[in-house]
Amino acid sequence: MRARKAKEFLIERLIYLCGFISIAFVILIFIFLIKEGGALFKAVGLWDFLAGKEWYPISEPARFGILPLILGSLFVTIGAALISIPIGVASAFYIAEVAPKGLRDVLKSGIELLAAIPSVIIGFIGMITLVPFIKHLFNLPTGLTAISGSITLAFMAMPTIVSVAEDAIVAVPRSYKEGALALGATYWQTIYRVIFPAALPGIIAAVMLGVGRVIGETMAVMMVTGNAAAIPHGLLEPVRTLTATIAAEMGEVVTGSDHYHALFAIGIVLFAITFIINFIADLSLRKVRR
Amino acid sequence: MVNPAKIRLAALNVWFKDTHALKNISLEICPNEILGVIGPASSGKTSFLRALNRLNDTQPNFRMDGDIELEGENIYKDIDVNELRRRVGMVFALPMPLPISIFDNVAYGPRMSGIRQINRLKEIVERSLKEAYLWDEVKERLRESAFKLSGGQQQRLCIARTLALQPEVILFDEPCSGLDPISTAKVEEAMALLKRSYTIVLVTNNTKQAARVSDRVAFFLMGELVELDVTDKIFTAPKDKRTNDYITGRFG
Amino acid sequence: MISPKTKEKAAFTLLFLATVLVVAPVVLILAIIIKEGLPAINWEFLSAYPKSGMREGGIFPAIVGTIYMVLGAMLFALPVGVLSAIYLSEYSKDNLFTRLIKLAIVNLAGVPSIVYGLFGLGLFVTFLRFGASILSGSLTLAIMILPIVVTTSKEALETVPKYFREVSLSLGASRWQTVRHAVLPHAVSGILTGVILGVGRAAGETAPILFTVAAFYLPRLPKSIFDQAMALPYHLYAISTQVPGIKPSIRYGTALVLLVLVLAMNLFAIIIRIHFRRKKRW
Repeated sequence: MRARKAKEFLIERLIYLCGFISIAFVILIFIFLIKEGGALFKAVGLWDFLAGKEWYPISEPARFGILPLILGSLFVTIGAALISIPIGVASAFYIAEVAPKGLRDVLKSGIELLAAIPSVIIGFIGMITLVPFIKHLFNLPTGLTAISGSITLAFMAMPTIVSVAEDAIVAVPRSYKEGALALGATYWQTIYRVIFPAALPGIIAAVMLGVGRVIGETMAVMMVTGNAAAIPHGLLEPVRTLTATIAAEMGEVVTGSDHYHALFAIGIVLFAITFIINFIADLSLRKVRR
Repeated sequence: MVNPAKIRLAALNVWFKDTHALKNISLEICPNEILGVIGPASSGKTSFLRALNRLNDTQPNFRMDGDIELEGENIYKDIDVNELRRRVGMVFALPMPLPISIFDNVAYGPRMSGIRQINRLKEIVERSLKEAYLWDEVKERLRESAFKLSGGQQQRLCIARTLALQPEVILFDEPCSGLDPISTAKVEEAMALLKRSYTIVLVTNNTKQAARVSDRVAFFLMGELVELDVTDKIFTAPKDKRTNDYITGRFG
Repeated sequence: MISPKTKEKAAFTLLFLATVLVVAPVVLILAIIIKEGLPAINWEFLSAYPKSGMREGGIFPAIVGTIYMVLGAMLFALPVGVLSAIYLSEYSKDNLFTRLIKLAIVNLAGVPSIVYGLFGLGLFVTFLRFGASILSGSLTLAIMILPIVVTTSKEALETVPKYFREVSLSLGASRWQTVRHAVLPHAVSGILTGVILGVGRAAGETAPILFTVAAFYLPRLPKSIFDQAMALPYHLYAISTQVPGIKPSIRYGTALVLLVLVLAMNLFAIIIRIHFRRKKRW
């Protein structure tokens, strides 16, 4: 009997420990990023890093300005958002409100499937089909451009946006819908006048989560946007995102060098951005659950 | 004749967050009696019952004050909570079988308390089902799922489940509320016979049932114990006007 | 003045088109990869080692590497994830600590995969000196899929009706006994689904393994958990971008194998979910 009590005590201690472990990992990630990334700021000022226009890590003297990379990520993300938000939200409404039941299950499975496809495969397909197409369409020297990145990433954001938005739409109480219809509104009017505003916090959360996914995406973006770490002047130029920079250059750096620390510093920036986005999205989602 | 109390409550107060569910309850429950507990909704009867086997502990924002003693031992300070729940068993309002076989349902309590030998478990299951008047109906199908039984049978199964631990006290929380009159009669019959070996506390919404079955009756209203007396006296000559009003149906 | 009914029809058509735009690419991607990749799939491709810098031969070590890493990730993420879920569902109270845990999980879920790669590099490869190895890669992947396992397991546990717990406690079972005997057995299918989904995700990720384990051309099987390994997603990336002159069908073939692996796991998870939902009797 006492052996059992002791065993149970240990198991429950383990459970409490595991409860804490997610917090521990977030803190650990933060610590390690700061540890390796913060070391950069002995050699380079914070402002030079964030706003510097030149990213030439291997030249002498090295320059670690990440503005071109920030702009690269920004262009691609905004482009992807412009594409995926309207299509994703519209699609969510179709699936939640308009589609007949059998079709709805098929569509939802299709979206789950899209979400499950590894990013490297989407990048691969983008590289083979989209990039030459863009090159051809706009008569460019290369199809590796920001817009290729935007379109490719839009397809990665859409499943997230669609499923979270769809949950939010379905969560709108039936009484709202039925009340409007009983007053003579058409179904469409009910959707955009009643359901949409009611589901808005959830839709915003969906959008933020989708955008978060786009900003954080690495492989697909590396395969379709080219690798020019220069300030882009438009969507039809090659760009380099924050994520791609880390992935592309980490393999060749010397551990402990400034370049190494700089890449970790980029990691800090990414972590901070996605932390904020997810925090806000979570706040919005909490509002929906109330 | 003074019987030492089986359960004694002294100045028990219970809060759930800001709701004061039980206000200064003091009473004694005598061994081998059936104590009926009546009162309208939100009178605190269920909180009272659940205080006796510390099930209130699992509710969020639960606070209490005062003492509860089982045979002289404080149920918080002197007795281990799991041991307490084996000595004070509970039958719930709706039949709540676990989604396992009839045998496993009844054997659950003994297994959790450490009994592993299959022969002993078989003995215990048979004895308990007989005591709950269910044995004959299920003895051929102990391995079937408990969900296959009717509502009344499931409730008797739940009684058997509790009896398997050979408790000293059995708490019944509106046990017949989901049952038809025939099943209800069977459960009441079982209770009358059970009191020979157990002390019973019965919470019920049905004052007639309380009158039929109990030795003494306690009337709760808005968290207070208004009156506690022998059944006859409560129903024929209650001392408190509120008791009279409730029994005669002036409010409910 | 266009009538509301016409507006409605137009709007619904637009919504439908939007949905098509989302779903059609899936079909397209599958079609392309299957069509172009199938010719490359033969037993030799799947079981042979790569030769002449990947231009010939098979992808066997990449398949094996992926399997090792996925198993490793599951070995760590399953117990930790399920225990965390048990904590959140059965033991935690509604206080600041619990809210912090939930916030942490949401954030772990949103951390970019490349940042996990950096973290794995910093902690496992460098600080703990595991080096670029299966061990480092598996642990990094495990932390990445932890939120998935925790969230789905927690939902599975919360689906178990509350009264099971009350009944078990009222029969004298301790809290852990209640979890172990009255709750966990009935949440297994949901937990399994979560684990498989997590594993599917781990199999397809490239960024976390870039610097923690992945080797480009390693024409032999890894010798121990401290060894580097090839992996399918990284392999696909490498032969698509780093090595010129590879037969397209090899690229498509690799993509197909990875796709089949990942989709099969997701399908498996969905089937389990449906099967057990039908069996539930409460």
